[in-house]
Amino acid sequence: MGKYIELNSSNFDETVKEGVTLVDFWAPWCGPCRMIAPVIEELAEEYEGKAKIAKVNTDEEQDLAIKFGIRSIPSILFFKDGQVVDQMVGAASKQAFAEKLDALLK
Amino acid sequence: MLDLAIIGGGPAGLTAGLYATRGGLENVVMYEKGMPGGAITQSSEVENYPGIKEVVSGMDLMASWPEQCMRFGLKHEMAEVVRVSRPEGLCFKVELSDGSVETAKSVIVCTGGTPRKAGFKGEEEFFGRGVSTCATCDGFFYRDKEVAVIGGGDTALEEALYLANICSKVYVVHRRDEFRAAPSTVKRARENGKIEFVTNVLVEEVYGDAMGVQGIRLKKKDSGEVIDLPVPGVFVFVGYDVNNRVLKQEDGSFLCDVNEYGEVVVDLQMRTSEQGLFAAGDIRIMAPKQVVCAAGDGANAAIGAIAYVEHLHRENLC
Repeated sequence: MGKYIELNSSNFDETVKEGVTLVDFWAPWCGPCRMIAPVIEELAEEYEGKAKIAKVNTDEEQDLAIKFGIRSIPSILFFKDGQVVDQMVGAASKQAFAEKLDALLK
Repeated sequence: MLDLAIIGGGPAGLTAGLYATRGGLENVVMYEKGMPGGAITQSSEVENYPGIKEVVSGMDLMASWPEQCMRFGLKHEMAEVVRVSRPEGLCFKVELSDGSVETAKSVIVCTGGTPRKAGFKGEEEFFGRGVSTCATCDGFFYRDKEVAVIGGGDTALEEALYLANICSKVYVVHRRDEFRAAPSTVKRARENGKIEFVTNVLVEEVYGDAMGVQGIRLKKKDSGEVIDLPVPGVFVFVGYDVNNRVLKQEDGSFLCDVNEYGEVVVDLQMRTSEQGLFAAGDIRIMAPKQVVCAAGDGANAAIGAIAYVEHLHRENLC
């Protein structure tokens, strides 16, 4: 069963450097982040082997949040071969995230 | 076919689900695109929910609701509803964002609202990069920094108080010098040493660079004097717009009557102008925008929906 990847400063670059990766910047105190948590889990299962689905706990990984200029959460960054190619702020439906992923996987 | 489709998973939707299933409806689905809980999960403090005497966060208040509300068979479908219509006969058609369609004998719409944009220059451009509508989410990124809060209602002042615990200074920017917020909240804000009121001003613009917001420019209403606040964070709390999009039909009309603000017209039983269609919570006319009221609406609407569906069954309709 697919599971999302928990990212920190030591495994971040390695994870996003190849292929398509969705990274959800979140924190435990954030209501909308909690709202999309089950969506991220479902995406991790559905995109297993196609795209990487990952999360960054901004409370614990503040350096990563600063590096990517995160000032609102949830912020969902889409990486392709190590580069940020798209970004969404706030809660959205699974459909909305899936459409972005599908476009990048084409 | 569903007995009841509930659109939205906040306090109104969850309570409607609890009452509908416990009250005997069999096939009840609540559509919510993610974890249920609603807008209240963004509130830092709730101290007026009866029976909860401690001050709790909105997230903590809602934590146990889904489990309780699903105990009697309510199903949660993690999908976004794009439209509710009634193309023919008595059945409702519920269209989902993935293109699939469900039919339902009755519908309760409780999609709540979305924080309103204040409409100043830079608000859209810098949204998520310094402009925020969620203090509990984003206050953390402004630790020991100065921020501005736009608005004069309960949410604005409560969130200003929350931000004052984190930030070095909070400017409360309001276009009048009177506040709609509860007097006790206004008093607490006035007594807070980190909060400074900037009143009778209009927001000219939020400005910044590629990294995000660098400040906000205000204009005094009487003298026209320009005030520049070099703050990296601007929190906007100027009210809500109702999420009535699901009721909008292909021809642009609404499935039921709405008022000039787009709020759904209901009677005291949460019945809309369309039989079998109910509205509950912040989307309805004259909504007090309180969790306890939304929950009450949800119960009320569910009781109405049960009676309506039983009537359909008795008459062999739908």
